Amino acid sequence: MRPQLRFLEKDLIERIISEARDVLGTLGMEIHNQQALKLLSDHGARVDSGAHHAWFTDEIIDRALSTALPGFRLYDVNGEETHDLSGENVYFTPGSAAINILDHETGTMRKPVTGDYVRYARLMSSMDNIASQSTAFIPTDVPDEVTDAYRLFLSLLYCSKPVVTGAFTIESFELMKDMQIAVRGSKEHLKEKPLTIFSVCPTAPLKWSDVTSQNLLDCADHSIPVEYISMPLTGFISPVTIVGTLVQHTAETLSGVALTQLRNPGAPALWGGSPAAFDVRYETTPMGAIETQMIDCACSEIGKHLGLPTQAYSALSDAKLLDAQAGLETSMGATLSVLAGINNVSGPGMLDFESCQSLEKLVLDNDICGLVFRLARGIEPRGDFPALPIFEELLRDGHLLISDHTLTNLREEHYFPTPVIDRANRSRWQEEGSLTLGERAHREVEQKITDWEPTGLGEMEEKELVQLMEEAARKFGLDRLPDRE
Amino acid sequence: MDLVTRISESLQRGDNDAVSLLTAEALDKQLDPQVILDDGLIAGMDVIGERFRIHEIFLPEVLLAARAMYAGLDRIEPLLAASGAASRGKVVIGTIQGDLHDIGKNLVGIMLRGAGFEVIDLGNDVSPEAFVTTALEEEAQVIGMSALLTTTMSSMGQTIERLEQEGLRGEIHSIVGGAPVSEDFANQIGAVGYGFDGLSAVELVKRLV
Ligand code: B12
Repeated sequence: MRPQLRFLEKDLIERIISEARDVLGTLGMEIHNQQALKLLSDHGARVDSGAHHAWFTDEIIDRALSTALPGFRLYDVNGEETHDLSGENVYFTPGSAAINILDHETGTMRKPVTGDYVRYARLMSSMDNIASQSTAFIPTDVPDEVTDAYRLFLSLLYCSKPVVTGAFTIESFELMKDMQIAVRGSKEHLKEKPLTIFSVCPTAPLKWSDVTSQNLLDCADHSIPVEYISMPLTGFISPVTIVGTLVQHTAETLSGVALTQLRNPGAPALWGGSPAAFDVRYETTPMGAIETQMIDCACSEIGKHLGLPTQAYSALSDAKLLDAQAGLETSMGATLSVLAGINNVSGPGMLDFESCQSLEKLVLDNDICGLVFRLARGIEPRGDFPALPIFEELLRDGHLLISDHTLTNLREEHYFPTPVIDRANRSRWQEEGSLTLGERAHREVEQKITDWEPTGLGEMEEKELVQLMEEAARKFGLDRLPDRE
Repeated sequence: MDLVTRISESLQRGDNDAVSLLTAEALDKQLDPQVILDDGLIAGMDVIGERFRIHEIFLPEVLLAARAMYAGLDRIEPLLAASGAASRGKVVIGTIQGDLHDIGKNLVGIMLRGAGFEVIDLGNDVSPEAFVTTALEEEAQVIGMSALLTTTMSSMGQTIERLEQEGLRGEIHSIVGGAPVSEDFANQIGAVGYGFDGLSAVELVKRLV
């Protein structure tokens, strides 16, 4: 039996959804994008283009829900399937788009550059429990206008895993899409085998900006999967209660589903979000707060009730260092989200309210993900019945270390973390240098980066990527891309 | 307890009706509006700011107190307007070009208003020209810029260059904030100050005007 966590009774879910529909029908959404407004109006919504406002009918929402996919698959750079985002399947992806990285040498946060990103992408190649990479931070040594695409470029060069990403402007979508087509060979192949997921954010409360709604429409046109990232903040720009916040999240996310499905019925999307329990003492958006994590799980329950695959920002921390708080918040989030069956969990590596990535934390979190995956597999008999023979063997031999039962089940039944998680006895730990968790993690990072092997990306594809990137950079005054090695 | 102290204390309790009534009473008794403002309303808000800083109270209590302050201010403003001392100073705020994050900027605005400053909020995606032109037109002393994206930060520097070109850098102070911004960055682009939350924004502006 897969252990499951549920917070909401069916009646409560249905009430939340019906209240959200009421909000969308009565108050509507502010939408700063004429294409989106026209799309809605063409489908019978009342629209006030001047005021950038649309009111969603039940028919529009029902129709959208009837064409929205219950799941979809992702494929890596080599075209191999890596994700089946449906049912209770859970996958982790590093928290995306950090502003800083935590520099192990100095112990301080700083703005990242190309070399940091290459190290990250290489490291991600061997993070076994983190199935996709994300464009995890923003290298600052290329022109601002191309940084979002530049992350994707580096990711595609150095790691074959699918990429969770997003555009910062309307313009950069084009380049980011062309890069994916370069990898797949054609538009059609990209449609068949999605390579990325784009985050598209409504703006709480009840609003879509021009940039993010255009990104949404553009992704739909190319069947590029999106995840809607609604971000209500309790007591500030959403009700202080969890249920009230769920109503808002549901309304904002339903509006996203409607836009995608009206634009291209059957386009892939995740019911996602990054809600937070706003901290009225510090004016911050704590991702590690237990209420934040409860909201995440509950949002996913609502999405599942609607028959949609889900996403959340969880398994991350607000700590500024790789310290005990970082471990506890990340583990708590990872545990809850795996039990809630959230399909795509964005978080590993992330610190400081989604604003700082740490490679050392990433390897720790890879183990945390391993532990919770084990948890999710639950407890099942494996050749345990009848019980007598194995106990007879135990009494006869005095141990079961080389018993068939052990050899068959050892690696299935137990997860063995990397040496980042300390399980040595005290003397051995001392003999090995009395290393702290941070030091062990750093050693692991260096080892994995050294062991990296090139991805299966073809020479032609690589050339095309470089050409696309160079062209774009040149437009913004950069004649030569930064050295990558 | 004298009337002005009672105004301050009612304000700290967030009791806007009491502040309004007590202010009216004080004016009836011919108390100096400037004294009511400084020793009643603003003194009360200063206490609130400090109690917020040490976590004795939270943001909602601060906003209740600010609302109470405005209940009093509404009554004395007409009198003070004549002498031009109604506000502590004027600040133009906005999120910079290309950036749509406005939560932090809004909070900064709320806190500045709460502390008695006049705030002109230009919203988000604000160009360097708009910052400078508005500050000039409104005779503001401070421009407060917010950036949440690494990719948009540089436009903060452009606003300051523009002030420089117009020969206004001595008159209009620029302050900056937002997640990717730091004290170092502020110095680098020649901003006068960097603030990391609403309260630090208030302290900065207090120092500058
Ligand atoms: C909420 C949020 C959103 C909301 C914004 C809603 C809104 N109305 O603002 C939504 C969901 C819409 C959103 C959208 C996007 N976001 Co966003 N967002 C955040 C998040 C999680 C929190 C920001 C926030 O509101 N914090 C709470 C407030 C109270 O704090 P604050 O903003 O820092 O402000 C305080 C201080 O900084 C200071 N301050 C702020 N301004 C000023 C100004 C002055 C003068 C002073 C003195 C002080 C001061 O005082 C404030 C009050 O305490 C941040 C993460 C983070 N850690 O910042 C990401 C973050 C900033 N977003 C990010 C991204 C990538 C995006 C998108 C591009 C995603 C996408 N692909 O669609 C879009 C933006 C599109 C665009 N062109 O702008 C990245 C930035 C990456 C980077 N390196 O630049 C971050 C870091 C998250 C991440 N890792 O992905 N986002």
